[in-house]
Amino acid sequence: MNSSGIHVSGSLRKRLAVTLIGGVTILTVLLFFVIRNYATQIAQQSQDSILRASVTSILDAATIRNGDVVLDIPYAAFSMLSTTTDDRIFYAIYQDDTVISGYENLDIPEASARAESRFRTITFMQVPVRQVTASRVLVGADLQTHVTATIAQTQDSLSGTLNRISRNAAIFGAGFFSLAVLLSAWVTSTTIGPLTRLADSVARRGPQDLSPVSKPVPSEMVPLVSSLNLLMARLDRSFKQSEDFIAEAAHRVRTPIATVRSHAEMTLQRVDKEENRQALRSMIRAIDETSRAAGQLLDHAMITFRANQLEFHDVDLVQIAQEIVLRLTPITEMKDVELRLDVDPSVKVSGDPILIQNVVRNLIDNALKYSPSESVIEIEVRGTPTPRLEVRDQGPGFLYDEIDTLTDRFTRGRNATGVIGSGLGLTIARDVAAAHGGKLTIGNNLAGGACVTFIF
Amino acid sequence: MRYFYILICCLWLSVTSAEEWEEQKLFKGSSATQTLRLLSSTDTSVFAPVIEKFLLENPTLNIHYFVTSSATVYQRFRTSPDQFDVVISSAMDLQLKLVNDGFANQVEDLLHPDWAQWRQSLFGFTLEPASIVVNKAAFATLPKPQSRQQMIEILRTNPADFQGKIGTYDVRQSGLGYLFATQDARASESYWRLMEIMGSLDTRLYCCSGDMIEDLASGSIIIAYNVLGSYAMARADLADKIEVLHPSEFPNTMMRTALIAQETRLPQQAELFLRYLTSSRWSEPGQTETPLPSLRTASENTRRSIISLEPGLMIFLDRLKRRLFIREWESAVIQ
Repeated sequence: MNSSGIHVSGSLRKRLAVTLIGGVTILTVLLFFVIRNYATQIAQQSQDSILRASVTSILDAATIRNGDVVLDIPYAAFSMLSTTTDDRIFYAIYQDDTVISGYENLDIPEASARAESRFRTITFMQVPVRQVTASRVLVGADLQTHVTATIAQTQDSLSGTLNRISRNAAIFGAGFFSLAVLLSAWVTSTTIGPLTRLADSVARRGPQDLSPVSKPVPSEMVPLVSSLNLLMARLDRSFKQSEDFIAEAAHRVRTPIATVRSHAEMTLQRVDKEENRQALRSMIRAIDETSRAAGQLLDHAMITFRANQLEFHDVDLVQIAQEIVLRLTPITEMKDVELRLDVDPSVKVSGDPILIQNVVRNLIDNALKYSPSESVIEIEVRGTPTPRLEVRDQGPGFLYDEIDTLTDRFTRGRNATGVIGSGLGLTIARDVAAAHGGKLTIGNNLAGGACVTFIF
Repeated sequence: MRYFYILICCLWLSVTSAEEWEEQKLFKGSSATQTLRLLSSTDTSVFAPVIEKFLLENPTLNIHYFVTSSATVYQRFRTSPDQFDVVISSAMDLQLKLVNDGFANQVEDLLHPDWAQWRQSLFGFTLEPASIVVNKAAFATLPKPQSRQQMIEILRTNPADFQGKIGTYDVRQSGLGYLFATQDARASESYWRLMEIMGSLDTRLYCCSGDMIEDLASGSIIIAYNVLGSYAMARADLADKIEVLHPSEFPNTMMRTALIAQETRLPQQAELFLRYLTSSRWSEPGQTETPLPSLRTASENTRRSIISLEPGLMIFLDRLKRRLFIREWESAVIQ
């Protein structure tokens, strides 16, 4: 199993290459032996035919004169057997079964087996020789006799020729092999090519692109591509359903809560009894808390859903910060807290505007919640070295031992008791930062108060 | 009594062994430890300068040089192949047969022209043409034959001058004579006509070149056919009495060949000697010169007339073929 959790069983490319090259190797070896075998036959045949010609010319010279076999062997009979390696020649002339000339211990095959062993390889004088035998009937006045001639020749020249042919065949085979290997490499890569291209085109797709693969593919890949297309269609449908569900849920939850709140406020206007008013105020605070929690839950769900398929646009951090500050002004005035913006003229980042807006509002909201009256919240937006937005308040700050765990879901600081919160705000901010390839750092100012930095 | 028999035996052995060799001589190296045994058909006087030069280069060797006729060289070596290290002979056919029958060692990396070696075992090292040698004084008034055809005509027109005064090899005894005769017979029909005329003029037959040249010089014969010119040239003392003529139409040129015995006890030293023979070092001018013409000095023209080292040479050694040839030769020459 590799890192991305996919079971890998071998490689198509390797399998293809191994099969092709293995096949080529077997073919090459086969070719070598076939050529060698063929060459052996040819070379042997040519030696045999010269030996036969020599034997024939010797037999032709045999005559009967005065009742004796006379044999005037022509010079060419041996001359024609000259080879480059000067092979040795042995011969014998038999009259019936008696040697009348030549090497007396050079045997001839039995008369009965002579037809099939006219050519044979034997060992004579401790060396392997090729022997050819032929005979002829001589008829004289009162004599009929068999004359048999046999010639044997060593095979130095033959083996020299064979070695040369083998060497050439080996060179040829090596050439054939390397050519075939190159061809196999090419075939492998062209075969695997469409697969690689398909994988590339799927990987390069935008987050929202779940359209079917439309480029032409080889017929063998049609089942894969069609099921991929089916899967993507299902995914597309399922994503759309999720989006619908989230929008629906947000709508369904927020609207009743807003209605309950307005009813509670209206009731508060109408009741005069102090303890009832007190109860109603608690109720409104609880409703606010619920509304906020619901909002953040939806935000969190939205981020989890969107983080994998962010839609990047050019976003101006400064503009977002300014809009939020402007929107929060009534609340800050009520709480007597000053929002102090310290920004560069324009800090452009590439990101999802809704998510970024959400995070910035969350961060400022948080600061506002923990800020005492008559304090200042500083919001700083810088374009260099990397775009970042920092929110600093003069509240109690974070407890140092909690900093690492605060961004976990539903975790709230110990000093946050009494303040409305869901424990999701920093989680959302961290997830959004991560989804944009950035990070969220949490700390305290030297002079006290929390400091949260959203770095892209 | 026993000692007497042993003595008799020893005497008999020494006498017979002395008788079996035409010549034998031990050439001593200045610091010799081993003795290389050479079996050869070349006269000691002709070959001595070659051996002496070799011993100067290789003083750790002795060379025991045995000389006999080329046919005997073949027989002696076949019967006792372990008695000699290097075999040198003028009878190319017999030498080739020895190699064919596995009596010789191969010398793998000896570079030698292909036409002058067989199986990397038999190496030619001289080029010696067969020639007609005449007695200068007797031919003062006669035309000198430049070809066999001319020789036939001269013999025909002057039978009285040549009666009993022609010499040639007895091919039944001389291996070289047989080689020259068979090659002549192969080359031209005029050989047989010449033999018939020579036979009719009562030709004298010799076993060896030496005797023939002696008789030529003395005037007991006046023309010799198929003699080795190199032997005639070797006799500087006879230079003013005899003249060597080379037949122009189909000269036969023989290569003196050497081989290393398969059963040699000194393979390295034998190879050393063979390498020396196939080089041109022995023929370079020095204090003592051999009359043997080195193969290294061969011109393209002489190359064409060389009897080639090929298995065909063995044909005339065939028992039936030899019997036929000798019978024909006898009927022509002896009559």
